[in-house]
Amino acid sequence: MPPLILVNQLKFKYDDGTAALNGVDFRLDRAETVALLGENGSGKTTFALHLNGLLTGEGTVEVCGIPVNAKNAVTVRRKIGLVFQDSESQLFMPTVLEDVAFGPLNHGMSPAKAAERALMALEQVGMAGAAGKAPYHLSAGQKKRVAIAGILAMDPKILVLDEPTTFLDPPAQRALAQLLSSLPQAKLLITHDIPFARATCTRAVFFKEGMILQEGSIDEITMLQDWEFRPRRAE
Amino acid sequence: MHHVTLDQWSRGASALHRRDPRAKIAALIVFLVVLGTAHRDLGWLGSVLFLVLLAGIRTARLPVRAALARAGVVLPFTAMFAIVSWLAGDPERGIALVMKAYLSAMAVLLLVSTTPLPLLLRGMEMTGAPRFLLMVTQFLYRYLFVISEEAQHMSKAAAARCATVRGLAGNGARFRAAAGALAVLFARSYGRAEEIHRAMLARGFPGYFRPLSALRFTGVDVIFLMLSGLTLVFIRIIIERAA
Repeated sequence: MPPLILVNQLKFKYDDGTAALNGVDFRLDRAETVALLGENGSGKTTFALHLNGLLTGEGTVEVCGIPVNAKNAVTVRRKIGLVFQDSESQLFMPTVLEDVAFGPLNHGMSPAKAAERALMALEQVGMAGAAGKAPYHLSAGQKKRVAIAGILAMDPKILVLDEPTTFLDPPAQRALAQLLSSLPQAKLLITHDIPFARATCTRAVFFKEGMILQEGSIDEITMLQDWEFRPRRAE
Repeated sequence: MHHVTLDQWSRGASALHRRDPRAKIAALIVFLVVLGTAHRDLGWLGSVLFLVLLAGIRTARLPVRAALARAGVVLPFTAMFAIVSWLAGDPERGIALVMKAYLSAMAVLLLVSTTPLPLLLRGMEMTGAPRFLLMVTQFLYRYLFVISEEAQHMSKAAAARCATVRGLAGNGARFRAAAGALAVLFARSYGRAEEIHRAMLARGFPGYFRPLSALRFTGVDVIFLMLSGLTLVFIRIIIERAA
């Protein structure tokens, strides 16, 4: 079976000359949930932005067998949903229902069908009661759920979540982990939250200086990279 | 936040709230023309129009005192022009200016307090307002609160490091501190705008918003528009004839 995401030798430089990606090779298969770990500035978010054509670098990126380029951007964005780190930037419409229906409407769905799809997605994340509310009336956890609903309403094959636990308290993190585990889509999680990654992901890749340095289970990566906070005990 | 209060008011369920935004926009335009083109007997006309607006506020079940106070937001701006007219030897013009500005603000406030912003913008779009301008208004309304919150965070962060306006020696230092804070706020707003644009593109934004629901202009809206428009015109005619 072909992979959902196939990336070969992806390289990218920002306008200021910063080399953010230096030859990334990556593969995501169906039903996988992969954690992207690594230092701040190691290229994780830049990599994610290439997956639906928001940035374009050298090398090849394929999503569901479709090459990601300007010509195929709209088709690719139906297949892959990106949840941004700060939900505030993602919830730009005046009401929750309008925000969640934004994607389906852009993909040519009729207003009635888009509203129906949006309500279903809100139901899925447990936020159907907030449909008529303005986004700024929601808590951080609720905003995150609505942002995920906005992506689910587009019925993507892959979900990419950038720092999904940012601004969330532990109960909201637990609820989010349960929600993600219940969703059938393949997922990519950019995170520094190792317990969360352990609860949700099947494997991890470790980014360093714009390259994937290691792949393996969460425990292998955290051990090899010493990538988990442990308080030092007094001798 | 000022716009959060208006947002809450606009989501009421009174007869005025239920009217189609286009009917209310048209009624507002009639009101502004009736008021703006009047030059005689302004005292009588202003008083009657004030009572009409007051009746509107009561019908919409809005808090009267708070609504009257919010309409006063225009007074500092018009007061300056009124003072200039007064000093130029034309106090009547000054008073007329203040009165017209306050009543216009009251009328606009009544419209935005009885129409949720998304519907108001849809109504304006369908009455020919430029789409791009409306899109900018929508984003400004949505993110004003967020930017204001960021400014408050910056102010608290400065206060936490014992920064006070008095503590800065000289106007130059104060100006530099204010300019620096403004520059950071601008850079953050710019960054946020870029991220919002990316989030929109990621969900297939084609360059314009597709509406989720269509507006419905019913028979009741026609009657509301006819009644309000004719009432305002007759008020003006009757007062001018009586004089």
